[in-house]
Amino acid sequence: MRYRIYREADRAKAINRALDHLTDQAGAPDHLTENSENWSDLYNDPKVKSMNTEQPMEDRLWDYIDGQCSPTEKSAIEELLAANLDWQQKHRELLNLQQLLSTSELEAPSMRFTKNVMEEIARYHVAPATKTYVNKNVIRGIGAFFITTILGVLAFLFSQFKWTSGAGSTGGNLSIPIDKLQLDRRLDSLNYSRFFNNTYIIVFLLIAVIAGLMMLDMYLQQKKNTPTT
Amino acid sequence: MHNELTDTEIIRRILQGEQSLFAQLVQKYQQYVFTLVMRFTDNREDAEEISQDVFVKAYRSLADFRGESKFSTWLYTVVRTSCITFLRKKKLTITSMDNERTFSQLENRESGFSANTIEQKSKYAMVTAAIQLLSPDDGQLITLFYKGEQSLEEIGRIMGLDPNTVKVKLHRARHRLKEKMEKHFSHEVQDIQGG
Repeated sequence: MRYRIYREADRAKAINRALDHLTDQAGAPDHLTENSENWSDLYNDPKVKSMNTEQPMEDRLWDYIDGQCSPTEKSAIEELLAANLDWQQKHRELLNLQQLLSTSELEAPSMRFTKNVMEEIARYHVAPATKTYVNKNVIRGIGAFFITTILGVLAFLFSQFKWTSGAGSTGGNLSIPIDKLQLDRRLDSLNYSRFFNNTYIIVFLLIAVIAGLMMLDMYLQQKKNTPTT
Repeated sequence: MHNELTDTEIIRRILQGEQSLFAQLVQKYQQYVFTLVMRFTDNREDAEEISQDVFVKAYRSLADFRGESKFSTWLYTVVRTSCITFLRKKKLTITSMDNERTFSQLENRESGFSANTIEQKSKYAMVTAAIQLLSPDDGQLITLFYKGEQSLEEIGRIMGLDPNTVKVKLHRARHRLKEKMEKHFSHEVQDIQGG
């Protein structure tokens, strides 16, 4: 019996292969010759159909064998297996392969393997679990630092921004501009270089550098204290 | 007596200082690990070196095994990282099956294989040899499913894939395996088809 195996469900390739196969046959139907323009006939041809459905049939049977299909699908396949010889043949074939794969032996390393491993691990200790040496406080500290920095920068920016609007504002510095155009204009007129040359930024950067160095120091200390593994 | 111990119990006692019990885990999983490693490299010496490294790494990080999955599942993650590290060191590249270079590498591997023609004609040897001709990912997937007794969900978890994706990959791997078997072992395949 001939095996018909196709790679991916590449439709174009399957059609080309099917066409080659069919035109090679002595009794290839006239409407499927090279000159034929009626390509839709090709899809409807029973031979091509059977070739294109072979892959799904195999996939469905594997699902059935692996116990991965739904009860409805299972009964549908059982019906097909009871009535269809092709399905029975393919099922038998896949079952044989399944059994072969399940019962085949694993490869074995050399006889000395266990001894070698045990000699090797004698030089080591079990390292402490990751969660025990990753200090959560350090992570929380980093998180708090970034949040504080972001909040600080935002607070600074908001404090520099004048929220009073021209039209529509009846007074008070807390009134929020409703006119979007006005806000856009104000944003455009902001002198950004003013903020980035500010002492606040320098202070924040200094804090960030100091905090970074402190964390690096903590990390290196912890690494030093961790037992050699 | 020791044989009755479960993996979790063995690990608990190793962590308490009974280092010698690790030999039981090595005995139990050495073939599983070695077979998986052999999916990455054809060279038995390399495979043995990597497998040894796997067990050493597993021992050193044993405290990280929380018992939420099977020990074999956890061990596979060590196998995978060790193989990748080893291959990187050896300046070998792992590329996908779609890569043309991989195809040419596999073709070379196949021609080398044909030149050596397997002496042992048993079906099992044939299956092992055919798996060896697959890409490392396909070979490992089949080994994990059939020999590692891992479910699709477990394989998905350790490979970072959806179980459905694993299912599709497994279908394709078996399909490619059949292709290899048909190409290189047509006589044995006829036996299989005949049952």
